[in-house]
Amino acid sequence: MATETVAVVDGHAEEAGGLVFHPFDQFEVKPLFGEIGDPVSWYTITNVTFWMALSVLCVIGLLVLGTRGRAVIPSRIQSAAELVYGFVYKMVEDVTGKEGLKYFPWIMTLFLFILFSNYLGLLPMAFTTTSHIAVTAVLALGVFLGVTILGFVKNGMAFLGLFWMKDAPLFLRPIIAIIEVISYFVRPVSHSIRLAGNLVAGHAMIKVFAGFAAIAALSPLSVLAITAIYGLEVLVAGIQAYVFTILTCIYLKDALHPSH
Amino acid sequence: MEDAVATEIITADEVVVHGAEAAGPGMPQLDVSSFPNQIFWLLVTLGVIYFVLSRFALPRIGAVLAERAGTITNDIAAAEELRHRAREAETAYDKALADARSEANRIVAETKAQIQADLDAEMEKADAQIAAKTAESQKAIDEIRDNAARNVSEVARDVAREIVAAFGADADAKKVDAAVDAKLGERA
Repeated sequence: MATETVAVVDGHAEEAGGLVFHPFDQFEVKPLFGEIGDPVSWYTITNVTFWMALSVLCVIGLLVLGTRGRAVIPSRIQSAAELVYGFVYKMVEDVTGKEGLKYFPWIMTLFLFILFSNYLGLLPMAFTTTSHIAVTAVLALGVFLGVTILGFVKNGMAFLGLFWMKDAPLFLRPIIAIIEVISYFVRPVSHSIRLAGNLVAGHAMIKVFAGFAAIAALSPLSVLAITAIYGLEVLVAGIQAYVFTILTCIYLKDALHPSH
Repeated sequence: MEDAVATEIITADEVVVHGAEAAGPGMPQLDVSSFPNQIFWLLVTLGVIYFVLSRFALPRIGAVLAERAGTITNDIAAAEELRHRAREAETAYDKALADARSEANRIVAETKAQIQADLDAEMEKADAQIAAKTAESQKAIDEIRDNAARNVSEVARDVAREIVAAFGADADAKKVDAAVDAKLGERA
């Protein structure tokens, strides 16, 4: 997969030979086997499959193989795994309370998938699965539908109390309710676009600066800029995984305790 | 997909940022034809991660953390127990020390009393001996004094008799003796 990407990039360089930017080539979904441009059907093994499989392997490596020793005094990898576990566990407990801990494995799944996808995407020549709106939208819609259904199952019609401010003046309540309903339905949109947008912007920016490296005079500046943005992206990758997860926890809290 | 490839063939003097062709085929994120593929593999991935986490990873880590918390609690309890025992041992030691000290004091006092008693007895005995000696000596002194007094009166009579004889007076010995005794008697 990596060599293919190299080949594509080289090909462009040969064709163009000048100042050419291809900031979005890195996001192309390509079949892993066979020719570029082959049709991609739902079951085709693509670079998406490859990089998602890598994130699964990372999860297994950290949380299953890393904790194989089950040591009371942990090894380095085991302490890292315990750190991640404790971090997400505490987040779920703090935001949603004890009742939310039932959904901890789901939230852990989301967090680990996004975290590893973001960081794997920072490897040179990598494909960033979480930079695709299709992926983040499924994640966000999953959270939205799950939380909404859970809210109605747990609270029945009382879940609608989420939109009805009891401590607001009576005449304001319908207006606030309309705003609350709109903001509720905007949640999955902002939830998904925030994650994909951050990653696309950062990765595209790195590619744009890399394009400037073709001009010899600008290349040192280009390298510096790439380094700086890469550093920023390392932060963004962690922070966006955290933000997505804590927002999920907050939505879950609304479903479990709809009264404000 | 083919459109995307086509637009990427660019002449040398053209500077093209694909993002600028917004909503066009340039942005792979908006290529709907790849959505089913991504969504399918995403669901598979999430399913696998959830399965692995809920079946293996999370129970294991939870158990390890619980075990560690248990171990730490036990260790703290054991340390508390040991400290308690150390304190008990210290109390016992202090008590033994105090007992030994009071025992020693008792022995010292006893010995002192014993010695005092012995001393007193010896003292008494010595006093008695001294008193006996003193009485004896007193008797000897008295004897000597009596003898001396008797000798004095004898010598006085003899001297008086001789003196009277020397003066040529024929004195009755008995009278002289009486006169001397009288004189001595006045003195005594």
